[in-house]
Amino acid sequence: MTDTQSNQPSLAQIWEWLDAVPDPEIPVISLVDLGIVRDVQWSDNGLIVTLTPTYSGCPATSIIRLDVETALAAHGIERVEIKTQIAPPWTTDWLSDKGRARLEEYGIAPPSPAGGPDHCPRCGSPDVTRVSQFGSTPCKAHWRCTACLEPFDYFKCI
Amino acid sequence: MVRDVSRDEAFYEFLLRMGDNTLILGHRVSEWCGHAPVLEEDIALANTALDMIGQTQMWLGLAAEVQGEGKTADDLAFLRDAWDFRNLLLVEMPNGDFGQTLMRQFLFDAWHVLQLRALTQSTDERVAAIAAKSVKEATYHLDRSAETVVALGDGSEESHARMQAALDYLYPYVGEMFLSDAVDTTLVEAGIAPDPASLRAEFDETLARVLGEATLTLPEARRARGGGRDGKMHTEHLGHLLTTMQWMQRAYPGATW
Repeated sequence: MTDTQSNQPSLAQIWEWLDAVPDPEIPVISLVDLGIVRDVQWSDNGLIVTLTPTYSGCPATSIIRLDVETALAAHGIERVEIKTQIAPPWTTDWLSDKGRARLEEYGIAPPSPAGGPDHCPRCGSPDVTRVSQFGSTPCKAHWRCTACLEPFDYFKCI
Repeated sequence: MVRDVSRDEAFYEFLLRMGDNTLILGHRVSEWCGHAPVLEEDIALANTALDMIGQTQMWLGLAAEVQGEGKTADDLAFLRDAWDFRNLLLVEMPNGDFGQTLMRQFLFDAWHVLQLRALTQSTDERVAAIAAKSVKEATYHLDRSAETVVALGDGSEESHARMQAALDYLYPYVGEMFLSDAVDTTLVEAGIAPDPASLRAEFDETLARVLGEATLTLPEARRARGGGRDGKMHTEHLGHLLTTMQWMQRAYPGATW
């Protein structure tokens, strides 16, 4: 798929390619699902991809930049400029519905405005309890199901 | 007579104050990595430290840009000596036990959230953007540190005594958050940052509520021990912290990987 005026792939095509790049720490969702790809634009000097960090100190940020460049290079786009934008700040409201569903299937409770999950992503029981406000990555907290006794990650709502 | 400070000079000082607070406290909290009482707390402390180091990159990154000497956030973090740091004395205080670490975190978070909230209204867009990003993380930190202070303060006889001792030890350093100097005057006039004293009433309310729930008693003394945010007199603890934090760059200047 190309633009009518040039041989550049269309922006829709690029969004589709980026939607195939997994988050390095939660590989069941894509960078697009996570809501961190804020903009994609062609410029005279190539493609500009604007990313926003989830948490300001998230160590995956540099890997994510690299993964975006690698994925686009594989589709023949060599000139990519990656911009970082911190405003407006990332919010879990930007997670896609597809992403939320995949998190749940994977065993990670998706973010809830109530401040915690209302059921266990494994067995569905509403009997869940918080173990810790922090989990295996900056974006997750640690919860446990008191019915099936399995621990699980909850995607913090911010 | 108050020395007149140019706006650029004041702005740079302010950015160092913000970035050095999160850098020094972030480093302090990271000292717990692998040593916390239980795994969940170890992870929580490491995540908190990580957020603060991330915030530091934004503040010191902007400071380096404003300074205009081609330096980076890393240069400012690793190549300055103790007297160039502008962090509050509170954040350089040693970790002590787990309770003291969490009490220090609570006292800092309670102020930090108010400061960042005010900064989201800054006339400088870059400051407002960093504040808007950071305040979400700081609010989450405050939820946890306040909850832990209550759990330990209103816990066993032993944990209560330790939390009261931590509060007595750290409280003299609280007042520095609300002191102001010529730098603040310039920033307030420019609409960049709030008057530090304007945050005190709400801070005191948070403290009264949380410490009340924690069955802890606020010490009488309100005399502020200053010298950190203006760099006039840091405690001996800062130098020791820097020898660890800056060791690599001091042993191998300019090392990269």
